[in-house]
Amino acid sequence: MNAFSNTAAVAAAFPAASDERLLIPPAVEPRKTGTRRLALGRTIPFGALIGPVLLLVIWSIGSIAGLIDPRTLPAPWSVVGTAIDLIAEGKLQHHLMTSTWRAAQGLVFGILIGTILALISGLSRLGEAIIDGPVQIKRAIPTLALIPLLMLWFGIGEGMKVTTIALAVLIPIYIQTHSSLRSIDSRYVELAQTLRMGYGEFIRQVILPGALPGFFLGLRFAVTYAWLSLVVVEQVNATSGIGYMIDLARNYGQTDIIIVGLVVYASLGLASDGIVRFFQERSLSWRRTLAD
Amino acid sequence: MASHLGGLSGAPVVRVESLVRSFGPRTILDGLSLDIEKGEFVALLGRSGSGKSTLLRALADLDDKVSGSGRLETPDKKSVVFQDARLLPWKRVLENVVLGLDLPEAAERGRVALEEVGLSGRENAWPVELSGGEQQRVALARSLVRDPELLLADEPFGALDALTRRRMHDLLRQLCARHQPAVLLVTHDVDEAVTLADRVLVLDNGAIAADIAIDIPTPRDHGDRRFGEIRSQLLRHLGVETKPVLPV
Repeated sequence: MNAFSNTAAVAAAFPAASDERLLIPPAVEPRKTGTRRLALGRTIPFGALIGPVLLLVIWSIGSIAGLIDPRTLPAPWSVVGTAIDLIAEGKLQHHLMTSTWRAAQGLVFGILIGTILALISGLSRLGEAIIDGPVQIKRAIPTLALIPLLMLWFGIGEGMKVTTIALAVLIPIYIQTHSSLRSIDSRYVELAQTLRMGYGEFIRQVILPGALPGFFLGLRFAVTYAWLSLVVVEQVNATSGIGYMIDLARNYGQTDIIIVGLVVYASLGLASDGIVRFFQERSLSWRRTLAD
Repeated sequence: MASHLGGLSGAPVVRVESLVRSFGPRTILDGLSLDIEKGEFVALLGRSGSGKSTLLRALADLDDKVSGSGRLETPDKKSVVFQDARLLPWKRVLENVVLGLDLPEAAERGRVALEEVGLSGRENAWPVELSGGEQQRVALARSLVRDPELLLADEPFGALDALTRRRMHDLLRQLCARHQPAVLLVTHDVDEAVTLADRVLVLDNGAIAADIAIDIPTPRDHGDRRFGEIRSQLLRHLGVETKPVLPV
């Protein structure tokens, strides 16, 4: 065997090295106590729930003890009761559907436009010259500051709302996808060249999968921005939607309905982030990172 | 440059004439000429900065941003093995092997190529799950599945440990015997060059300083007397003196 003769040759050439190996003490010494471990230790089961549950307990105790004025913050069970009433009347579902539909439309348009702009700007110098500047300028203007202008342009209907959400969504999608695409290792581009890939195949096999981590990061921001913009557009001018429900409740001092609305927003945000993370983990299963 | 292995006939696969390549004021390749015959295994040695990689990249059509002149003829069917395996991390092993291969039987050929490099059963692994040697074997399979007439290898075993490197030498020799591509292997390892090649070139100052046919029958033994002679000869060309170390 080649491998064997090689080892033998090495051992013969460096007799001192093989002797030294015998001098190394066996690695069976017990670990000294008091050594500081740098890792965090074991994860706490359902640890993420502890903080929220604690808040809920404090809230309940405060309500029972009469420390919290129900006009400031109604008790948890009266909020639940209000939610059940709203569902029974069909109001909550109706508002939720309207809000979700708006956010979904805005997200779809924002993601499509953001991705297409990122690809054009990422893959061509001319595209970057034309697209990147305006997007950076748009990024410097808070989307919500554009609402007055968008109302004049699109009126106060659905078009204005969806446009506002889409404008907020396309920014993180563009920024993250573009940056991820531009940081694809040039060695892979060289490889594609030596494999004589066509341009279309290069995009499909190298560029799109290479930009996917950035796209997903952008998507997680985008989903948050979508709900955020939704809240504002629905409170500015709407006749339905969770934001409208909250705004109406404010007029009548119905704190419990406001809380129900906030809980719905929180659940929507968490659920959508969870969905994105699920797809992110499935699509990026080839990666091995610190998180694994 | 017409005096290599006389037994081979037909037109050379690679033909380089008066090749000049320069980066700004620095001339890297200075009127270099070289022929590689069909099926010939050529190793290219040279100190770092001697232009080995520049020549290989010129042959691989990877130097479109470099200024230069000269004539260069290479076959269409050529593939490159880099120092890093350069597998796309988001493609599974088999997908990496058949990457860019637009054939109906691509998957089948990919499986055969993986079997040849001893990686049957790892078709669906991700590149990160493989060891360095295994990754480089996938890269070899990716090159061979294209049936290249010319295989360009840029220090392909430079990042591997000594034992893995020996095993890769055996594998590469078997694969080349079977597929018969012309090979240009860039390396800084004199023993590797003498072990594998039919002909060893030494590049110095942008031109070929030595062109030595290796007349030792394979498999070659590093301890062989002729091996030692050629090794010293090459080391001299590389500017390394090999005096025996005498006890003081």
